[in-house]
Amino acid sequence: MSILIDETKRVLVQGITGREGMVRTKLMLDYGTKVLAGVSPGKAGEIVHGLPVYDTVVEAIERESHFDLSVIFVPGPYVKNAAFEAILAGIPLVVLIPDRVPIYDVLAVSELASEHNARFIGPNTLGVMSPERALMGMIGGRSRFVRENFQRGPVGVVSRSGGITTSIAYYLNKIGIGQTTIMHVGGDPIIGINLAQAVELFQEDDETKAVVMFGEIGSTQEEQVASLISDGKFNKPLVAFIGGAAAKHGMRFSHAGAIIEQGRGTHESKVKALQEAGCFVVENFGEIPEITRDVLRTL
Amino acid sequence: MARLFEYQGKTIIEDAGISVPRSEVISTADEAQKAAERIGFPVVLKSQVWVTGRASAGGISFAESQDDVFAHATRMLGALVKGQQVLKLLIEEKLDIASEYFLGMTIDDVRKRPVMMLSTRGGTGIEEIALKWPESIARMHLCPDRDIYDFEARDMLRRVGIRGVEQKKLIPIIMAFWAAARKYEARSAEINPLVQTKDGRFMAADCRMTIDDYAEFRHTDRGIEIAREFDRPATSLERIAYGIEAGDYRGTFYFFQMTRDFEKGEGVIGFHGAGGGGSMMSMDALLKRGYKLANFCDTSGNPPSSKVYRAARIILAQKNIDGYFASGSGVASQEQFHSARGLVKAFAEEGLSAPAVIRLGGNAEEVAIEILRRFSAYWPAPLEAYGKDDSPEFCAERLSVLLEKPDIASEWKRFDFPSSVSYSFRTITGRVDFDHERCLKCEEKPCIDACAKQILKLTDGVPRLAIAEDAAAKGRCTECLACELECHLLGNRGIKIELPISGLDDEAAS
Repeated sequence: MSILIDETKRVLVQGITGREGMVRTKLMLDYGTKVLAGVSPGKAGEIVHGLPVYDTVVEAIERESHFDLSVIFVPGPYVKNAAFEAILAGIPLVVLIPDRVPIYDVLAVSELASEHNARFIGPNTLGVMSPERALMGMIGGRSRFVRENFQRGPVGVVSRSGGITTSIAYYLNKIGIGQTTIMHVGGDPIIGINLAQAVELFQEDDETKAVVMFGEIGSTQEEQVASLISDGKFNKPLVAFIGGAAAKHGMRFSHAGAIIEQGRGTHESKVKALQEAGCFVVENFGEIPEITRDVLRTL
Repeated sequence: MARLFEYQGKTIIEDAGISVPRSEVISTADEAQKAAERIGFPVVLKSQVWVTGRASAGGISFAESQDDVFAHATRMLGALVKGQQVLKLLIEEKLDIASEYFLGMTIDDVRKRPVMMLSTRGGTGIEEIALKWPESIARMHLCPDRDIYDFEARDMLRRVGIRGVEQKKLIPIIMAFWAAARKYEARSAEINPLVQTKDGRFMAADCRMTIDDYAEFRHTDRGIEIAREFDRPATSLERIAYGIEAGDYRGTFYFFQMTRDFEKGEGVIGFHGAGGGGSMMSMDALLKRGYKLANFCDTSGNPPSSKVYRAARIILAQKNIDGYFASGSGVASQEQFHSARGLVKAFAEEGLSAPAVIRLGGNAEEVAIEILRRFSAYWPAPLEAYGKDDSPEFCAERLSVLLEKPDIASEWKRFDFPSSVSYSFRTITGRVDFDHERCLKCEEKPCIDACAKQILKLTDGVPRLAIAEDAAAKGRCTECLACELECHLLGNRGIKIELPISGLDDEAAS
């Protein structure tokens, strides 16, 4: 199988008439994603790439039946409103593609999502792709490029950097290792489904035999992954690379952040935590494909 | 995370109802004396810089007299405190301190909620205290969308043993602190120390606050110059760069300088990344080879060619760079020719004289590489272009090969822009000018084919807009630059696209 997205998932696009919304809808459709309709306030009745446009999410649901997920392409300041609309209409998974979403807006989306048992991905995410099945967001690009360069296989990829998500998948494919799903969790400090939650989803997925993860300095997501492994909640092999080894430490401005992080969040702490949990932490990005191949051979 | 200076933060919490010492912000020694006169002696002079531990770094002085004030202010203004230049001082009444507390908040990425912290051991060393005696700090997670109740504040206070009169006095301070942080969408805020004076008043003796960059548009009254994570005030080039980003919502452009005041030959490279993760790896590849980076720059999130052009112009404004290195994630989902065209226009206009290695891997990379190759006669420096199968390390190695014996041409082609304009239309951030006399003599009319959005058409034998002018100005013209570039390579040089960069020309002149 795959996680989060496949060819059966019914997809809505909010902001379908905008610059990115329009282009990305076409690319999603070309790749076989089941995009069924779009929403754009005041644009009801328009047709975008053969899809009907509605004024509201509720209207789209009334006319098209249910959606499994909504992909949002509206400018950052309007993302909270769009996400609220989708969650309150009962859509269980919302993907927030844009960047520049205010952090308190993300916190509010997070609160509402928990109340309504909904999940969200992003903001500031390239999206998610299950090779040869479907994709959501901006990930991959032209469908021909995607078909040529991304294949189905046994590895799950999850990353905090968008470009690195596709890079890892591409280099794995080059030595014949395909993926179940590749996911960019989003580059912002507060995000919906994070590295740890993505890894848990890969645990549930039978087809995923191993996971490749790209982490970065800052936040405690990688440490959370290490805890999952130590707690026995993830027991597949995990190959990890942590970026930012050479990044200079910003001069500290706030004690509050330091008190909460308690030394976590640094390159050193992430590598140590993952190594102690038994992960394969690679030092050079270029080693990822071969180490992954070796790991798969031992299974 | 835009940082606020102490005096800016204090204004916010004072507005929320928290007492702060009497104070004035000054920027000359004369003003310091006048401020001290009004406040009354003794006073404290506090450097307004974004660092912790100012006292031990000479950033704080006490004064009993006007002579003291003048001497300290003269010494402190313009001095460096932990590498930051002091431009302003806060002159403040000296408090009679009985005890010091810590009150802070940040956003907890695990719980996805703001969290407030309170400790009876305020002042310096709070981080060490938190590590050694975590129980001495009360923590409370907060709902992002509401104020806190008095009983919530009370419970936090009793958890660190604060009861009675003190508890009563601190409840409204805690409530006001969170209300202010929430109102201004603080990423972090802290009052350290929150002091109790000997006569029993509670006052914020310091205040540090960072505000969410992306919410800055809702708080334009806060005097934030650049809504970005900077650990020092912005340079003039960074201000110019931020002006570009603020005026164009398409894609992301981030720029900051890492090395300044360097000479040619010191191995300082202009860096142009795309995407955070790939940029970091690409920078590492340069650093491993012993180069220094003039700047960090990221153009990502599918920026238009015009934004990449402006970014490249900003990088090239660092005149003494020895090389130009562009490298992103390697397998980008965005079509790479947009970046290629932006780079070509900047390199051609500026006459790129530093060897360049450009790694544009991902969608349509072959088109991107071909564009860079076709225009390579328009600048004197050598340029090599690579794609997704070439690692950052390999590209860094290529740059070092080019830098060993730079092969700078003495002759190169230049864009011959038309001097008269007979037709033009506006775009989101610029203007497209035509000299239709030249266009009439142009046989190829390559601009028409080059326009992927098909907004140009031939009318009476010359290119004109096929759509309404305001539609072009609102973004139907995506500023892809293809018409101009093809016009100069294959046509009769009748097009010029003006993409002004506010402040850059003045900067170059100075």
